Amino acid sequence: MSTVEAHVPGVFYRRPSPDAAPFIEAGSVVEAGQTIALIEIMKTFNEVKADKSCRVSKILLDDGDEVDVGQTMFEVDEP
Amino acid sequence: MTGLRRVLVANRGEIAVRIVRACHAAGVEAVAVYSDADENARWVQLADEAVHIGRSAAQKSYLDSDALLKAARSADVEAVHPGYGFLSENAAFARAIVEAGLVFVGPPPSAMEQMGDKAAARRAAQAAGVPVVPGSGPVDDPEDAVRVAEEVGYPLLVKAAAGGGGRGIRPVADAAELVDVLPGARAEARSAFGDGTVYLERAVPGARHVEVQVLADEHGNVVHLFERDCSVQRRRQKLLEEAPASDLRESTRQAITSAAVRLAGHVGYRNAGTVEFLVDSDENFYFIEMNTRVQVEHPITEAITGVDVIAEQLRIAGGAALTLEQDSVERRGVAIEMRINAEDPERDFAPTPGEITALHLPGGPGVRVDTGIVRGDRISPFYDSLIAKLICWGADREQAYARAGQALAEFHVGGVASTISLHRRLTADPRLRAGPVHTGWLEESRAGD
Repeated sequence: MSTVEAHVPGVFYRRPSPDAAPFIEAGSVVEAGQTIALIEIMKTFNEVKADKSCRVSKILLDDGDEVDVGQTMFEVDEP
Repeated sequence: MTGLRRVLVANRGEIAVRIVRACHAAGVEAVAVYSDADENARWVQLADEAVHIGRSAAQKSYLDSDALLKAARSADVEAVHPGYGFLSENAAFARAIVEAGLVFVGPPPSAMEQMGDKAAARRAAQAAGVPVVPGSGPVDDPEDAVRVAEEVGYPLLVKAAAGGGGRGIRPVADAAELVDVLPGARAEARSAFGDGTVYLERAVPGARHVEVQVLADEHGNVVHLFERDCSVQRRRQKLLEEAPASDLRESTRQAITSAAVRLAGHVGYRNAGTVEFLVDSDENFYFIEMNTRVQVEHPITEAITGVDVIAEQLRIAGGAALTLEQDSVERRGVAIEMRINAEDPERDFAPTPGEITALHLPGGPGVRVDTGIVRGDRISPFYDSLIAKLICWGADREQAYARAGQALAEFHVGGVASTISLHRRLTADPRLRAGPVHTGWLEESRAGD
């Protein structure tokens, strides 16, 4: 098991827009480079991308949660 | 006197400081609100009382209308000033304030709704005899849009009916691009503004953005405080504004200001508002939208007219008649406002949150700095990036720009990158100092640098 940490502080979002489906669900298998969340920082949106192919086992934050640099957002396993 | 006793300032940052000061100067008590991130902020300390309204994320504090209403009740205020941004142009919030028996320091909710829907605002302007950019009503399917676009003419802009602040706008060169852009524009409008309605508007190449500040009371009086030129923009966000608009023919100035007054009167407007126009190189002008709130750039209007716009807002909200008559509003000199943002111009304006480790503010004749920040504060990632506004007044453009150059040389922000360096270059740029530029100028000139 490894984790994905935030590189910037801001507000965490699981979906591209309020009425859209989440990028991923717990259990999703993702490819390297795939967008898995957004972090809003001063009204600009930064994409959080998977840095390797993996299975996301746990999502630790909810839509609209505050996130700080270094905070763990996801737990992931090798697929 | 304002007729008000105690006001809730439903905002943060420099505008909260500005409103608290105006309240106190008018003998009105001011109650501040704050999120977790803003507990020790300057406006909280300046206010008579402060109420905690929630978490740091704006959705859970400054955008939470229930939390603000609760704060208003608990603090026993009789009015709410929304500032700009957040809920300031949210008609449902304004209506909730009014239904709670409180005064909303802004226009009637009905006028906000009419002006907040850009397609409805265009119709109102046409009915008031104010020229609008050739455009359409709401467009739905691509086939319909292409047919309507032939009448409007290319190049054009796809705009969100509920949009504002430069957001929700997509340029389109031809029919193929229109068909391509339409679904995304509708989806973006729906997610950003809660309404997927879009319409088409012909692009006006090389136009200036000129806007007119108006004040209207409930007794039927409407005056204008002349105009501002806000053409120095990046991605449709204003960076530097000037009042009055330079090199505008007096006949154009009279026509554009009276058009703004006419529109405000037509829609039963009340309080402070701004009517925005595009002005082409032949000085034809076209209405684009009305902002139903006080704006970031109101201090340059204050600098050239001597009118305190926030004090007037409070007086109007308290039911008083305007003491200003049009003939008594005099224009003197030139003022420039520069937005000092926590963004790095060298890294494509990346946001730079962090601690302000040093802050040296400029001074001297004609120099005003509006800020909600003191040294040691953190620029939070949760809100917009404005650190301060620098306003410089001079007897003429040359003196205003000279003072701006000196003020920027003194201005120092430590700990985060800021747009001070960009403004130093801009205010020294002979092309800008020579006279008016159009809204695409900054991006074109940066691309060519």
